[in-house]
Amino acid sequence: MNSIYKIYLTGVGGQGIIRAATIIGEAAMKKGLRAVMSELHGMAERGGIVTTEMKIGDACSALIQKGSADLLLALEPVEALRSLEKVGPNTTAIVNSAPIIPFTVSLGISSYPEVSQIITELQGKIKNLFIIDALNLARKAGDLITLNIVMLGAAAAIPGFPVGKELLLASMKGTLPASTIEVNFVAFENGYETVLGEMQRE
Amino acid sequence: MKVEEILTGGEGEKLFLLGNEAAVRGALEAGVSIAATYPGTPSSEIGNVLSRIAKEAGVYFEFSSNEKVALEVSAAAAASGLRSFVFMKCVGLNVAADSFMSTIYEGVRGGMVILVADDPSMYSSQNEQDDRLYARISGSPLLEPSDPQEVKDLVKFGFELSEKFKLPVLLRTTTRVSHMRGVVELGKVKKGKAKSTFERNSSQFVVLPANARRMRQELIRKLEEIEEFANSCELNRIIDKGGDSGIITSGSSFNYVMDIVDEYKIPAKVLKLTLSYPFPEKLVKSFLDSVKQVTIVEEVEPVMEKEVLSLIGKYGMQKRVHGKLDGAFPRAFEYTPDIVRESLSKSFDLNLPPKEPVKSDIPLPSRPPVLCPGCPHRATYYSLKEAVKSLGIKNIIYPTDIGCYTLGAAPPYEMADYLLSMGSSVGTSCGFARATDQRVVSFIGDSTFFHAGIPGLINAVHNKDKIMLVILDNRTTAMTGGQSYPGVPIDGMGDTAPEVSIEGIVKAAGVGFTKIIEPFNLRRAKEAFTEALRYSGVAVVIARHPCAQITARERRKKGIHIVFDVEQDKCSRCMVCVRDFACPAIYVAIGGSVHIDALLCVGCGVCRQVCPDNAIEVTK
Repeated sequence: MNSIYKIYLTGVGGQGIIRAATIIGEAAMKKGLRAVMSELHGMAERGGIVTTEMKIGDACSALIQKGSADLLLALEPVEALRSLEKVGPNTTAIVNSAPIIPFTVSLGISSYPEVSQIITELQGKIKNLFIIDALNLARKAGDLITLNIVMLGAAAAIPGFPVGKELLLASMKGTLPASTIEVNFVAFENGYETVLGEMQRE
Repeated sequence: MKVEEILTGGEGEKLFLLGNEAAVRGALEAGVSIAATYPGTPSSEIGNVLSRIAKEAGVYFEFSSNEKVALEVSAAAAASGLRSFVFMKCVGLNVAADSFMSTIYEGVRGGMVILVADDPSMYSSQNEQDDRLYARISGSPLLEPSDPQEVKDLVKFGFELSEKFKLPVLLRTTTRVSHMRGVVELGKVKKGKAKSTFERNSSQFVVLPANARRMRQELIRKLEEIEEFANSCELNRIIDKGGDSGIITSGSSFNYVMDIVDEYKIPAKVLKLTLSYPFPEKLVKSFLDSVKQVTIVEEVEPVMEKEVLSLIGKYGMQKRVHGKLDGAFPRAFEYTPDIVRESLSKSFDLNLPPKEPVKSDIPLPSRPPVLCPGCPHRATYYSLKEAVKSLGIKNIIYPTDIGCYTLGAAPPYEMADYLLSMGSSVGTSCGFARATDQRVVSFIGDSTFFHAGIPGLINAVHNKDKIMLVILDNRTTAMTGGQSYPGVPIDGMGDTAPEVSIEGIVKAAGVGFTKIIEPFNLRRAKEAFTEALRYSGVAVVIARHPCAQITARERRKKGIHIVFDVEQDKCSRCMVCVRDFACPAIYVAIGGSVHIDALLCVGCGVCRQVCPDNAIEVTK
């Protein structure tokens, strides 16, 4: 059972979470591994929460038990907090620090915590934590829409991540529109190098 | 992966497919000739893929006006000897049920597979109905895949089974199977016949009572034969992990059971039922003989559990049966690995400890789904609300319907008071107009109007009901991802098609007041709504503007990128744009200043009309 790698991806509708997860799954398949993922479509896509659960290895179901994700990939900081149920002592987390404020906050029905408070909370709860400004890294790559690929690159830098960079890049080529490949490759590198840099500093 | 690979992928090749994509491949490998649907989550992607590749595959595909029509198209094709595939969401089968029942009685000549996608936990459905019960009401054999590979294989097998027994086959997925992605090994695509000839035989194809009585007996005989087949069919298999306790399971639950049994090394014999109706009595009886107790792991209704209990009663066996009925498993909502672990610890009397999750006490903001930035429905709701306010009408009842605009239930619009099903806005409006003295204003989408709204409107006219109906025409079936429907000039094959006029139908039905409005012109829209609200009879307002997803796509194509922002020196922070219009692109920063998120803004500019300070301008 140790050979099963469990990834929990979360964020907001429109961020490209399913796309990022599919790229990982296809890369795993090309490596000859089993991969399963569970996505939710439909109503949630309209600015709601989107989560995708996946397992690489010999698992039947894609759904992850409480406290047992190997990797949490959160494309939005509050959504990282909302996913803590899947996080346990052995979870590594990569969290994008750029918030997306839900309209319920503008309407005054709910409130959004300070990002610094979210980060402090996550730091206190997760040992292996990487906070990255993925939005800024996507901007540097040349298109804000590549945020999901920044996060994908960041994941690829984590030791134990089941598929290597080359396979992921190949899978991106087969999935993303040809005209966007170049900017996406830069975005991937931006995420990859940021996490690698942080690990070397530690 | 590109969508086209679902068709072009070669035999033996592996693709990482969604359950719904795998269903398409299965149909193509079976040599399907005709496919039809009405889009509905969690089955929608089947149609999305087919609409992209049907032409190249030599398959006829259509988005029918509703599920009943889709099933009828498919039934007639199968009666003519072609292989036909019809698919829909769980509640879609309610719409199709009348013809579905008769199709099972009459049987088919070509294979017919009816795929229904159930939605346990109701991610995007109005109820949690278990369509396995439809197999039992109708007498159709039932297949239950667990993962994308099985979806593909079983759709293909379903056609063979259907032709062997001359009976349509029901294939039931759930959200977690339809929207599961996994590695699928492909078989060979087979080209289906384009046309066939219908051979008349009224004793087989006309359900006159005399014929139906014979069909009923014939159906019972067929089901006995299929049960015999299911007893020895390798689709129903036992995975023996030792011990003398049994588990009977199917569909998505099988995946959870196997993962938990493996992880916690639980000694159990697992019977996976894939051809699960007719219930294979002999197979289950011998399985029960081999175990001391049995646990039934199935989602939604205790369907197999009751079958097992009746079998135990019939043979006077002494076995403990665990499942939903003894409280070991929860009755409502979908299962998860955690639920299956907890429930198996009860029924197996084991201690299966969970991993301790991390907890946080920080209160989190809710993030419900919202109408998109640039959505025409928001503008419609806004100007209608203004019209209602200016006329001072109180206590309006707002029956609504199924589509993105159901989100009009949320604040600040709060214009959704009653909803039953597709098309129910109009029929229930008639009822409210009779039962109360309140003003009735209802909403229905364009595609939903064609689906089931028209009979209600005819009813309203004929019975002289005083109702106002707003038809929200955004030129697509938006909620399910933007499929075509009879009101647009393109069909399921991607060919140009006659556009059926909504206003033409409305006028032909004899509606006395009809107005078409551009919702982005708030002033004119308000005037039209005011007039309609004053009308005493059936008034219809058609609010026509393309879905924000369509306009966003067009802008991207043309390279148009306009966004708006708030000029801070002009803004008095009146909050009209935030509180009354409530576009998710508009937000209040810490300190109270109002801004527009450049990432979310699609440049519709409607907020400019809303702003009393004229503070919203195009960003330079």
